[in-house]
Amino acid sequence: MTPFAYHASPDEQDAIASAVAGGRYIAGGTTLIDLMREEVEEPKRLIDINQLPLHDIRETADGLVIGALARMAEVAAHPAVARMQPLLVETLLEGASPQLRNMASIGGNLLQRVRCPYFRTLDAACNKRRPGSGCAAIGGINHNHAILGTSDHCVATHPSDLAVSLVALGAVVRIRGPQGLREFPVEALYRLPGDTPHLEHTLSPGELIVEVFVPYGPYAQRARYLKVRDRASYEFALVSIAAALEIDAGVVRQARLAAGGVATRPWRLAACEAALVGQPASQATWRKVAPLSVAGARPLSGNGFKIELLQRTLVRTLELAGEAA
Amino acid sequence: MNAIGRPLPRVEGAAKVTGAARYAGEFDQPGQAHAVIVSATVGLGRIAAIDVATAQTLPGVLAVISHLNAPKLAYSPHKGFIDPAHGERLHVFQDDQIRFFGQPVAVVIADTLDQAEHAAAAIHVDYAARTPELRIEGVETLPAGGSHASAYKARGDADAALSQAPVKVDAVYRIARENHNPMEPHATIAAWDGDRLHLWSKSQFVTNEQVEIAAVFGLPADHVHVTCPFIGGAFGTALRTWPHVTIAAIGARHVNRAVKLVLTRRQMFYTTGHRPRSMQRVALGAGTDGKLSAIVHEGTAETSRYEQFVEALTTITSYLYSCPNVRSSHGLAPTDTSTPTYMRAPGEASGVFAVECAMDELAGALNMDPVSLRLLNEPSIDEGENRPFSSRSLKDCIEQGAARFGWSRRDPRPRAMRDGRLLIGWGMATATYPAFHAPAGARACLHGNGPAEVEAAASDMGPGTYTSMTQVAADALGLPPEHVLFQLGRSDFPRTPPHGGSMTMASVGSAVQAACLAVRAKAVQAAIADARSPLFGAAAADIDAADGSLFVKSEPARRETYATIAARHGSIEAEATCSPDEDARKRFSMHSFGAVFTEVAVDPDLGIVRVRRAVGAYGCGRVINPRLARSQCTGGMVGGIGMALMEQTLLDPRDGRPVNASMADYLVPVNLDVNELDAIFVEEDDPHVNALGVKGVGEIALTGIAPAIANAVYHATGKRVRALPIRIEDLI
Ligand SMILES: Cc1cc2nc3c(=O)[nH]c(=O)nc-3n(C[C@H](O)[C@H](O)[C@H](O)COP(=O)(O)OP(=O)(O)OC[C@H]3O[C@@H](n4cnc5c(N)ncnc54)[C@H](O)[C@@H]3O)c2cc1C
Ligand code: SF4
Repeated sequence: MTPFAYHASPDEQDAIASAVAGGRYIAGGTTLIDLMREEVEEPKRLIDINQLPLHDIRETADGLVIGALARMAEVAAHPAVARMQPLLVETLLEGASPQLRNMASIGGNLLQRVRCPYFRTLDAACNKRRPGSGCAAIGGINHNHAILGTSDHCVATHPSDLAVSLVALGAVVRIRGPQGLREFPVEALYRLPGDTPHLEHTLSPGELIVEVFVPYGPYAQRARYLKVRDRASYEFALVSIAAALEIDAGVVRQARLAAGGVATRPWRLAACEAALVGQPASQATWRKVAPLSVAGARPLSGNGFKIELLQRTLVRTLELAGEAA
Repeated sequence: MNAIGRPLPRVEGAAKVTGAARYAGEFDQPGQAHAVIVSATVGLGRIAAIDVATAQTLPGVLAVISHLNAPKLAYSPHKGFIDPAHGERLHVFQDDQIRFFGQPVAVVIADTLDQAEHAAAAIHVDYAARTPELRIEGVETLPAGGSHASAYKARGDADAALSQAPVKVDAVYRIARENHNPMEPHATIAAWDGDRLHLWSKSQFVTNEQVEIAAVFGLPADHVHVTCPFIGGAFGTALRTWPHVTIAAIGARHVNRAVKLVLTRRQMFYTTGHRPRSMQRVALGAGTDGKLSAIVHEGTAETSRYEQFVEALTTITSYLYSCPNVRSSHGLAPTDTSTPTYMRAPGEASGVFAVECAMDELAGALNMDPVSLRLLNEPSIDEGENRPFSSRSLKDCIEQGAARFGWSRRDPRPRAMRDGRLLIGWGMATATYPAFHAPAGARACLHGNGPAEVEAAASDMGPGTYTSMTQVAADALGLPPEHVLFQLGRSDFPRTPPHGGSMTMASVGSAVQAACLAVRAKAVQAAIADARSPLFGAAAADIDAADGSLFVKSEPARRETYATIAARHGSIEAEATCSPDEDARKRFSMHSFGAVFTEVAVDPDLGIVRVRRAVGAYGCGRVINPRLARSQCTGGMVGGIGMALMEQTLLDPRDGRPVNASMADYLVPVNLDVNELDAIFVEEDDPHVNALGVKGVGEIALTGIAPAIANAVYHATGKRVRALPIRIEDLI
């Protein structure tokens, strides 16, 4: 570990000022500390934000507000979340392990870093860790890597399960920075790697995620998250799908879909969503739209199976969502 | 009441769950410094330059040691029981050559672990790198010699019989490299006292570690003392003494302080052994009645360039079934990687996988029940050795296991059994492992006060050695188990064989029994010769022991406790060594057998496989402690689920880097992957194997389970996957 200073911020203003001065936020530390131990991350100064009043989970007239410091476990166990957005409960419980969920915050979850093994060791070429050094995964072991949104510079998948469901639900992230408050869809938080894979998100220095707003929608009760992986728990997704459907009289009125494990950012399946509207809620429909999910997919040497697996997972999740509620 | 046969809970259980049990890395020494290894980041080549300038100036750094400044070590010849017969162990920091990815190239010693880690990251090494050879297929192989010359076996003319067989199967099976990945990492604390070295070091074989490190440093063996009372899992990775132990000792000498060295999880994939990747061709020929007429089994496994590691990959083939024409062979593919080592059921687990999948394929080709096929080919003797089995309960295992599992309700057609949308598959396989026995010693001591003390160098990596030895000692002495204190894991205790190969119960158990009987006989002599004893004048043959007392059988009222006798005479001590009965071993073939049945559910769309239940029936001789034995077997099943469906160390084809070298990326089963597991033991009375009549259960528990799962996956899906692990992409 590279030596660092530690500062526990008493309030948002102090935290933001400290971060602007070059500090790095730490919440649960489950991403950051691991990477600091490997010296993949070398913050000079940690700004502990756990004392900030960002732990609340509350209902408003039009949605749920989840504080950035609420723990994954707290959100998953919250009655309002279970009632209003069961998709989030299912998603959170599919992620990590109980121990990690007790520590891990919602803000940290959204900004967790990739699990690409070449990123997490100093001695491999990795454009994300050391821009310009190359991408060891492209010619190496890339079984778990992305088929969508990749570039010749980086093919790592975005690892968060939660982000996939938040993108599907059209959630909004609220940010406080030196310039005050702003908000935008969770989807807009993430960048494609392009030729700058070291730039992962759209936050400016010092910007702090304060909360996430999840709007209600008529699709919230017909929503499922399905995560496919080689063991039953405690593994990142090979492929995952968040699907939320509004169905009326057997016809799809609205569909909200996103995929995880296959793309360099939480992957909104907009073409599938559009194709579902007005179609009968049936196996035939699910199958018909599935190929749209892999448009533009670029398989690597070890992950070609994801093209088929993504479509099958999508069909199954739509089926489960169609049955839900 | 006898202690043997009772399901006693672990005697060290409380110490373990309260944290009182101390593992190697927890014996912190006064003034101890910390060591962190710098590992090679190329797969083959030479160190061109090492820049340690920055690292040396960092706070707390005491030393950086590499081949440039390391002492030239003696590395005297020494090959322990577990070292490969051919080749030479890695000499650490003795030259500039890089033989495999992750080879130690330097070590940093600092006051704290954090300082050492940080300095290690600041060391820059330049390499002249070449491309390593990693392939095991399509390359020249060496014949596997050494201890497993029996890997080459032939009777009859298998190839001719195969070509004439009316029914045959012929296929190639592959198994990925696996790393042991015990919870506890390798750890060594080294402290010198003049030219004497004390090591607290994770080891399944402390007496070998003593001799090996003495040979490396050119010391008399008794100048090295090794302690390891507890092991947090090992599965074979702590049998050999690996380079980090030497590095800790080099470091401690260099800085003249005790040094603690704990490997990182990633480093556990570099230099502490692995189950070698293997490729096996199995061809079976049979008559239309299902009688085997030919077995060909050709195996190839990886080894390193500098040592030829041979395991029992194809040795089971000659005795498993009755067949007149059998040929087996075992080749080694030298690769630029570190040397593989024994991993739970080394060789047998891999060999049984190939043979038992082939048997399942043959059953399919014959349209015959897999259970019936095995029963039909049950031999009456070991046809490879041409001698009878000391005991063989395979038939009972198959029948009892099948009954318990409900095998008769199986629809034989693939894809015929369903639960909703899931495909259900039932598969079975035979399990087997040799009943080894090696010379071992033990010491027993009776005191006027406190428990009887029994000690042997042995280990307990989890099977329950502490408990089972306590039971053996208690019965031999006629003491309740609470009055026995068994200790192990010190190189100054009587020598024992490696804690592996399922031979601890047979070997150490027999020695413990012998030592306890010897000390008991001494106590008897002391009592009958002592006018102050109620036993005075009785004939030794007339004395029995129970509940902590010796008594005259014909006059049970004449009795005296061990404590009273020892209080008068001073402590009474005896040591015994116990060797296998070589004569019996020449007359009989000695193996354990078992049968494993599994049920899997496969999602046909998503390719997800879950093992819903497994039943294993084992014939392992006498079971000393049913609770521990059962736990061994269910633990083996969990390992088998990993072997079948998850475990694989992925090597980067360009440089041999183990890419998934973390517990997040190297998958082993988690609780949710483990459902109903059931193990039963068939009654087996084997008077030939050893004095205790035990065969051991640790390894057989892993054999059979992976093929039973693979066969169940076939039964569920109709798809035969011949490479482990079977993963989602194989089934969609
Ligand atoms: C073994 C393992 C398995 C896992 N499995 C899964 C899984 O299956 N699915 C899944 O989704 N996740 C998984 N995770 C990831 C886990 O969910 C994240 O590590 C966790 O959510 C991060 O939250 P944290 O509070 O610990 O973040 P930290 O480690 O404290 O911070 C992470 C990053 O976010 C930044 N940050 C934190 N809070 C804020 C904020 N409010 N504003 C701005 N920046 C902020 C930090 O500066 C840092 O860069 C796993 C993690 C591990 C270690
Ligand atoms: S995929 Fe991205 S994170 Fe992985 S090695 Fe390539 S650049 Fe680095």
